[in-house]
Amino acid sequence: MSFWRAIALAALCAAAPALLAGEIPPEARRSGYSFMGPDTRAMQDDDTSNPGMLFVLDGEALWTKKAGSADKACADCHGDARSSMKGVAARYPAFDKSLGHPVTLDQRINLCRADHQQATPLPYESRDLLALSAFVAHQSRGFAITAGDDPQLKPFVAQGRDLFMRREGQLNLACTNCHDDNFDKRLAGAPITQAQPTGYPLYRLEWQTLGSLERRLRSCMTGVRAQAYDYGSPELVTLELYLMSRARGLPMETPAVRP
Amino acid sequence: MWPPRSSRRTRAAAALIAASLVFATGAQAEGPVPYRIAGDGIPESLTGAPGDATRGRALVLARTTTCILCHSGPFPETRFQGDLAPDLTGAGNRWSVSQLRLRLVDASHFNPETIMPSYYRADGLVRVGRNFAGKPILSATEIEDIVAFLATLRD
Ligand code: HEC
Ligand code: HEC
Ligand code: HEC
Repeated sequence: MSFWRAIALAALCAAAPALLAGEIPPEARRSGYSFMGPDTRAMQDDDTSNPGMLFVLDGEALWTKKAGSADKACADCHGDARSSMKGVAARYPAFDKSLGHPVTLDQRINLCRADHQQATPLPYESRDLLALSAFVAHQSRGFAITAGDDPQLKPFVAQGRDLFMRREGQLNLACTNCHDDNFDKRLAGAPITQAQPTGYPLYRLEWQTLGSLERRLRSCMTGVRAQAYDYGSPELVTLELYLMSRARGLPMETPAVRP
Repeated sequence: MWPPRSSRRTRAAAALIAASLVFATGAQAEGPVPYRIAGDGIPESLTGAPGDATRGRALVLARTTTCILCHSGPFPETRFQGDLAPDLTGAGNRWSVSQLRLRLVDASHFNPETIMPSYYRADGLVRVGRNFAGKPILSATEIEDIVAFLATLRD
């Protein structure tokens, strides 16, 4: 049985999950921004010094560029992104009715490329996909996160939470061990945050480039010496969904800057 | 910073160690050797020989060994130390060699909920990365070296 089908079946008996011991209460949730030093904050705050804005500008150019055998641009169907894409990213991953499971913003963009532009999907972490996704998500900057509110998503959120709580890898650590139980402490000198996904795709100084939330999650998995899930896998999508629902009410920051 | 990356020096050292293992032992199994728990410790050395405290200190400081991701200690040469766990200063006063050995082999023996990894265990783990599957984090020799070093941390 596929992962998605198993979750859909589990949905039949799933109840709304209450806050587990160790989970961060809503009023105590803080973006990674609040853990940063003044220099990195200043870099994010000023659009002329935020390196993520270059990707947003690239995305804006791609928005109006015709692509695929349908010879259509995003703008041909969606018009001005400043109004049509307002607040959209704040509710992603979102439930896709025809697929019967949640899709991330990257996947939604690639569905439009495949279904509506008749173009080949853009590879994960490619500059064009990051740029489009940054441009679309930037239209939600300042919007409160609402992802996961759709009742159809409940079982998928619960699945993501199970993965967040599960120990894995040779170091046998769960996401919750660092990001719920030990935020504000230092791992080899570096501050641990609450893992709030408020700013993606974001510019990480360590990467010297923009990167997706999935890239970040895969690197945390590699850090505990676990086999990272593939880009776009149901596991990463449900983890992303759980993280977004866990950040409910926090404002979007795309493109954020992180150390 | 995170995930910890091996420096060129530790990679070179790892290659050297790997080469010498092949040379010295040929077809030795990679899994842990059996050991005996008595009370709250492992009284006998895992290798049958005492460890080398100087090598143990270097291991504790190496990022790939992972101790100082969580711990701090009397290590003035590095500021990259963690505060998720107690300072290791004085560990040799608080614990016997036998207890230190069991702590490293299987910290969950002392606290089932601990976040400290079990360094000499290769089973019962989930989704271990391909490069690490079936192997304990540290070898018996490395455990003994670190135990010997921790025992010297007395104030
Ligand atoms: C031919 C028309 C067409 C084109 C071209 C197109 N889309 Fe779409 N898009 C749609 C439709 C229709 C939907 C509604 C979902 C569906 O039916 O696929 C949609 C949905 C979306 C959504 C989700 C909106 C929401 O409220 O959840 C996003 C984001 C999006 N498109 C982005 C893009 C981007 C980026 C491009 C260019 C790479 C693009 N689209 C190109 C027609 C198009
Ligand atoms: C050993 C501790 C540890 C574990 C376990 C861990 N992480 Fe992380 N994680 C970090 C550190 C350190 C960073 C970089 C600093 C920061 O943002 O916390 C980070 C960053 C993140 C971020 C970026 C936050 C931001 O502001 O952009 C997210 C999201 C995240 N982790 C999610 C996860 C998930 C999901 C898991 C489990 C699959 C996980 N982490 C496991 C230590 C850990
Ligand atoms: C992921 C975090 C983590 C890592 C990595 C880690 N430890 Fe620990 N360690 C802990 C915690 C937390 C405790 C406190 C007791 C407990 O919860 O088990 C502890 C306890 C100890 C103690 C007893 C503390 C005392 O009273 O002095 C010793 C000794 C120790 N660790 C040594 C090590 C050594 C050596 C390594 C590397 C081989 C290591 N630890 C790696 C988290 C860690």
